[in-house]
Amino acid sequence: MSNLAATDSLILLIYGFFMLTAGFSLKPAMTSGQQFMQAGRVMPGWLCGMAMLGASLGSQELLGMGAAGARYGLASVGFFALGSIPAMLFAGLYLMPVFYGSNSGAAASPQKQDKFAARSIPEYLGLRFDRKTRALNACMFAAMSAFSAGIALYAMGRVFVALHVLDQAANTLNLSPSRTLLLAMALPAALVLAYVLLGGLGAAMYNQALQFCLIVAGMLPVVLLGLKRIGGWSGLKAAVLPNTLHAGTHSLSAGAVVLAVGAGLVLGGGTWCADFRLLQAAMAAKNVEAARRAPMIAAALRVFVIIVLILPGLIAVDLPTPHTSIVIHNDSGVIYHEITVVPPAVEEGSGLVPAKADADGKPVMDADGHAVLDYAMATPNMLLQFLPAGLLGLGMTALLACLMGGVAAGVTSFSTVFTCDIFQAFLARNTADKRLLAVARWAAVGGMLLAFAAAWAAMRFSSMLDAMLLVFAVVNAPLFAVLMLGAFWKRATGHGAFAGLIAGAAAALLHHGIALPRGEQPGIHGGWIAILHHPASELVLGLGTAMLAFLVSLLVTVVASLLAKPALAEDLKGLVFSPTARPPAIGPWWKRPEAMAAVILSAAIAVSLIFI
Amino acid sequence: MFYDPRISMGMLLTLIGTILTAFGLATRSNADVYAKSMGIDANLWWGLVLLVFGIAALVLGRRGQIKLEKKK
Repeated sequence: MSNLAATDSLILLIYGFFMLTAGFSLKPAMTSGQQFMQAGRVMPGWLCGMAMLGASLGSQELLGMGAAGARYGLASVGFFALGSIPAMLFAGLYLMPVFYGSNSGAAASPQKQDKFAARSIPEYLGLRFDRKTRALNACMFAAMSAFSAGIALYAMGRVFVALHVLDQAANTLNLSPSRTLLLAMALPAALVLAYVLLGGLGAAMYNQALQFCLIVAGMLPVVLLGLKRIGGWSGLKAAVLPNTLHAGTHSLSAGAVVLAVGAGLVLGGGTWCADFRLLQAAMAAKNVEAARRAPMIAAALRVFVIIVLILPGLIAVDLPTPHTSIVIHNDSGVIYHEITVVPPAVEEGSGLVPAKADADGKPVMDADGHAVLDYAMATPNMLLQFLPAGLLGLGMTALLACLMGGVAAGVTSFSTVFTCDIFQAFLARNTADKRLLAVARWAAVGGMLLAFAAAWAAMRFSSMLDAMLLVFAVVNAPLFAVLMLGAFWKRATGHGAFAGLIAGAAAALLHHGIALPRGEQPGIHGGWIAILHHPASELVLGLGTAMLAFLVSLLVTVVASLLAKPALAEDLKGLVFSPTARPPAIGPWWKRPEAMAAVILSAAIAVSLIFI
Repeated sequence: MFYDPRISMGMLLTLIGTILTAFGLATRSNADVYAKSMGIDANLWWGLVLLVFGIAALVLGRRGQIKLEKKK
């Protein structure tokens, strides 16, 4: 399989066309900055929910879920489900009314609403705390979103080269491998930028909803065919058992369980309750009920998506490993030798998961002589293994859609934060809304250029991929702590929040600087100040750093807030969660968000139990 | 809402479903193509599934769009 068949390319092209269509049909409506940056605040809850889910399923999540399935077995379903769904439900029940800005009841008059409704998370921080907190978070967020969009571009560009999507084009144009990779990053980047410039956040949201449909349409056949091959559900259970026992050698101590639960809470909360890349979709909802429903709908769909994305990885390790083979067959007197050559890195792998290959194509071995597996390739290899020409195009389109959705979320959120919280707040305060539209469009271009620069840098230094968890610990974990205190504790003050954000980020960097995972070189993996302790793995270091950043930030914010003068109760109206100020619940009890959240949570727990 | 997104979802799924079904019918007797999917004509069957979902989404989307335009 070296090139895509005509049918495969046709499906890819049709999807590309549909993405641009969303941009073109929204273009006439883009008359103001508000239309562009907040999709006019007219979106229904279910569309916001699908868009949130689409934005969260960037390429790293998609490949990461397959990788986790291959590496940790069925238990990873529980980790992904319970690590994110409680946080999503919490965001829907308690945080969205505060962030959306109608907790005060001021939503009735549009004039007043504009004053209270934040357009972004940094703007909420500005309303709730003060300008310096807003500026600090805006700068940190802008840097993070551009950087992670770049990393996502690079990660997916690599997969596309591995899947030979662009081989034909590369051959015709006579491109070197690194140029091909550059092309694999530049093409999707240009498409995303085109529809974001045309239709803003709205176009990105419509496309993220399409992306969700494509993921299910493209990945479900792989799951079904894979399950059939392995002998159905019972076959999967039987094949998985020896593997899980093997993985079980990392026996779980009580400390590890505490770490896992704490890390799950911080990671889930830092992602679903604090990350503006996801929350921007919910904040574009048409009213507060829709905004509250959005994360819950995303949670309900996510239970299903987790299964569809983890199972391919799980099946991949349990299939027979391909080996170089010679088949001799006799066709009317002529003897044929059919030789299937398998690269050594693939032969050293486990099932369809290949070993990592070094520059010469030799498999990479760890200290014990076991091959180091390249788990991220589990899902792409499953596509190549099971999908015939035709469906393969659909599977690839699903992967491509994931990349674009994640990158688009990064670019639109960068544009909004730059325009509202850096340009309008500090550079040109009295800007007409028309002008803001132009600024937002240029900011989207700038964000994409920065992302591309980050992707290019990642191409040169591939270890930058490992920095993602550190970036999360520096930016999102402290922000999560500050947002929680801001939204639920009236006494939290601006000085406290500012100190908390800085202390959390500093603690994360410091911890990363004094710890080094076993078997790594000091540098981007940690230990660049002095090596004081050795966590068991990169993941443990990253999770520990995020938790430490969260706790330090929480503590510093509380202490500094208590030392400072409290804010006036008048100024906090609508910005701090208060059960009394909310509008009375309407409709029968089973239609209320609380009931919906309870149903989704029990479904998630049930699914996790079935799989464990 | 600018337009009902179920229309674009329905159109995309219907189009892809039609292509897959047609391709599946054309390559039905070609065992080489379906060696990967264990002899199942996966294009044909999955194409039909997508067609059903696509047309359902289109119908719902059209209704939603008419409602949306009435409101305006």
